[in-house]
Amino acid sequence: MAITKFFNEMTADDGSVRSHYAGYAKWLNETPADRIERKRAEADALFHRYGITFAVYGEESGTERLIPFDIIPRIIPAKEWKSLEAGLRQRVKALNTFIHDIYHDQEILKAGHIPADQVLKNAQYRPEMQGVNVPCDIYAHIAGVDVVRAGAGEFYVLEDNLRVPSGVSYMLEDRRMMMRLFPELFARHRVAPVEHYPDMLLHTLRSVAPVGVADPTVVVMTPGAYNSAYFEHAFLAQQMGVELVEGQDLFVEDDQVFMRTTQGPRRVDVIYRRVDDDFLDPQAFRKDSMIGVPGLLKAYRAGRVTLSNAIGTGVADDKSIYPYVPEMIRFYLGEEPILNNVPTYMCRKPEDLAYTLAHLPELVVKEVHGAGGYGMLVGPASTKEQIESFRKHLEANPDKYISQPTLALSNCPTFVENGIAPRHLDLRPFVLSGTEIQMVPGGLTRVALREGSLVVNSSQGGGTKDTWVLEA
Amino acid sequence: MLSRTADHLFWMARYMERAENTARILDVTYRLSLLPQNGEDVEPMWAGMLKIMELQDTFLAKHPRHTTEAVLEFMIFDKDNPGSIYRCLRATRENAHAVRGTLTSELWETSNATWLKMRDLTPTKLWENGPGAFFEWVKYRSHLSRGVTIGTMLQDEALRFIRLGTFLERADNTARILEVKYLNLLPGTDEDATQANDYYQWSALLQSVSAFEVYRKVYRDQITPLRVAELLILRADMPRSLARSMKEVYSNLTRVSNARSAETERLAGELESHLRFGRIERIFEVGFRNYLEDFRDRIFDLGCRISEDFLIPARA
Repeated sequence: MAITKFFNEMTADDGSVRSHYAGYAKWLNETPADRIERKRAEADALFHRYGITFAVYGEESGTERLIPFDIIPRIIPAKEWKSLEAGLRQRVKALNTFIHDIYHDQEILKAGHIPADQVLKNAQYRPEMQGVNVPCDIYAHIAGVDVVRAGAGEFYVLEDNLRVPSGVSYMLEDRRMMMRLFPELFARHRVAPVEHYPDMLLHTLRSVAPVGVADPTVVVMTPGAYNSAYFEHAFLAQQMGVELVEGQDLFVEDDQVFMRTTQGPRRVDVIYRRVDDDFLDPQAFRKDSMIGVPGLLKAYRAGRVTLSNAIGTGVADDKSIYPYVPEMIRFYLGEEPILNNVPTYMCRKPEDLAYTLAHLPELVVKEVHGAGGYGMLVGPASTKEQIESFRKHLEANPDKYISQPTLALSNCPTFVENGIAPRHLDLRPFVLSGTEIQMVPGGLTRVALREGSLVVNSSQGGGTKDTWVLEA
Repeated sequence: MLSRTADHLFWMARYMERAENTARILDVTYRLSLLPQNGEDVEPMWAGMLKIMELQDTFLAKHPRHTTEAVLEFMIFDKDNPGSIYRCLRATRENAHAVRGTLTSELWETSNATWLKMRDLTPTKLWENGPGAFFEWVKYRSHLSRGVTIGTMLQDEALRFIRLGTFLERADNTARILEVKYLNLLPGTDEDATQANDYYQWSALLQSVSAFEVYRKVYRDQITPLRVAELLILRADMPRSLARSMKEVYSNLTRVSNARSAETERLAGELESHLRFGRIERIFEVGFRNYLEDFRDRIFDLGCRISEDFLIPARA
């Protein structure tokens, strides 16, 4: 392994506990091991009983698993959060402006900052959206931006998730669980609350209703009970007090969307959809979609319903567009980016491909359209055979891949089989954009439970931690 | 409320109620099978029960004989038997899962926890404690689920569809429990059957629907078939009777009433008033068994109509 030193969230290089972790470290030290053990077992039992599970693709259908929950929180001091939040707001604002520009005048392409082909020939670019106006010119109402800390402690954005980012329910449930298990910790720390996220989300969704709708009806649309994130869909609908619908519950008549209710059809104005673009409307996109609503795109283009997020946001969070985000910030906002981008090699460029092929053991190679940690290579953690077999895929389809240096992700003490050991983590804060940009202080912290692993995705055996942003 | 949501709520409640009543039917039949008067041959009794539950063919496809063990394992654990308690509790949980956002968290957790326990139960564990303890457990989980429903759910449409499912299913199931008893009385039982045997049979039936003490309180007299039938069919103050079930079906139905449900409401009201103003002597004249079969047909019809009017309406 090329990397040897990692930033530890709890302890400094000289072994002393960082000041924002002092209170927690003291508590952990004083609390008897058997009490902690009991509490950890209790957390497991509660998650099972609540049914806070996710379905795993590629396993027997209906298989549900718990996402492992770790009781050592990830703590972020107020000052760090402040700059992180400013960076995230800046980034999402630029991304929304970019999407609007792409589907209207394409100024950024005309100015030559991004090669036009890179955008217009991207599979995520939706020509159907060209010239369509959406309320407030906002496309990504809900963004889940993956941030990691690396090197000496600086933050990097790893990915902008602008399509249907998930995980916010775990952020909320992890907090609920920590407060239930260890109320005394919250008496000792001033942890910024996150529980009002659903209110904020509802407010955001209502603020982007079609023009002229005074009291909009909002619904959450799910692919169904067997979707991996179904728990979250149901949770958010319940917390917001709105209906959880499936495609079959909706129909379109005269460009207006209705849901089928026990009292007859009822108008729907805003759809927080957790269904991918491809499956939204069998008349417009994939014909075999059983979970969509025929005619939805037409109603959407007529401005009679708001889809959240908008169709076609994928053009901005694609890994091949990612390298240009700092440029977007400069171009649209006239500001310098607050958060770092990870240097990225685009394998469609011959020189980048050559570099990537020559340095596979040190790099992380990702599919441009991949997600969830599937189909990627983590060079330093792979065997020679794995690298060689990946090399063949890469050589055959260089356009499909990008590569990045393997970041020395920060780690945090975590309960593992033999006690407490450092494990790598990332952070997904959620940014809500409507008439204004809003965030709750915190996000979902994911932790790679296998020793040395840098892959935190829950589908790859990652766990979660409660995330505390301390109030100053 | 979404029609699909109402559909899941309705079936969630039906399957929970069905699980409970299946436990009750199995419990009474199991107890009767233990009575010495019934001798060694308990198979016709189990066969009769399966017939009334319309599961005879499914059972015979797998088992050559109606032994107590075979029938109980078929009715409790068999994943291929749509009427097994395993399948009922799984369906309860699956329906709850599909609308978990509509349920209070307590109600969802109750249903989920019941399922998790059922999933882990094995026949070995069942026979260790005896089937009676298991039937008791199913009944208590159902009591809990009902209590949590009433104690935590907002009194809105969602609750109405849950209650509608509960009582429609109960009406059907109580009728079946009575039919099981009827079957066991006649064939092979001559007129001179010992009074003692008869007494145990009727009291076991009363106990299976939690009506033994109720009977004593209401009639303060010896147990007779006519009165047992009256209690379980016509007494609206008896919570598991046909009259009470229909009263609840009708009142919940009128509260969710929509533009197309008038005929369904009328039919439910008609059935309810027959029970309200009926006389047990008249029912025996018509024939107990015919009466019950006709009643179950009407309940089936009501179920179909509720589906069409509310749960899976055609477009617009």
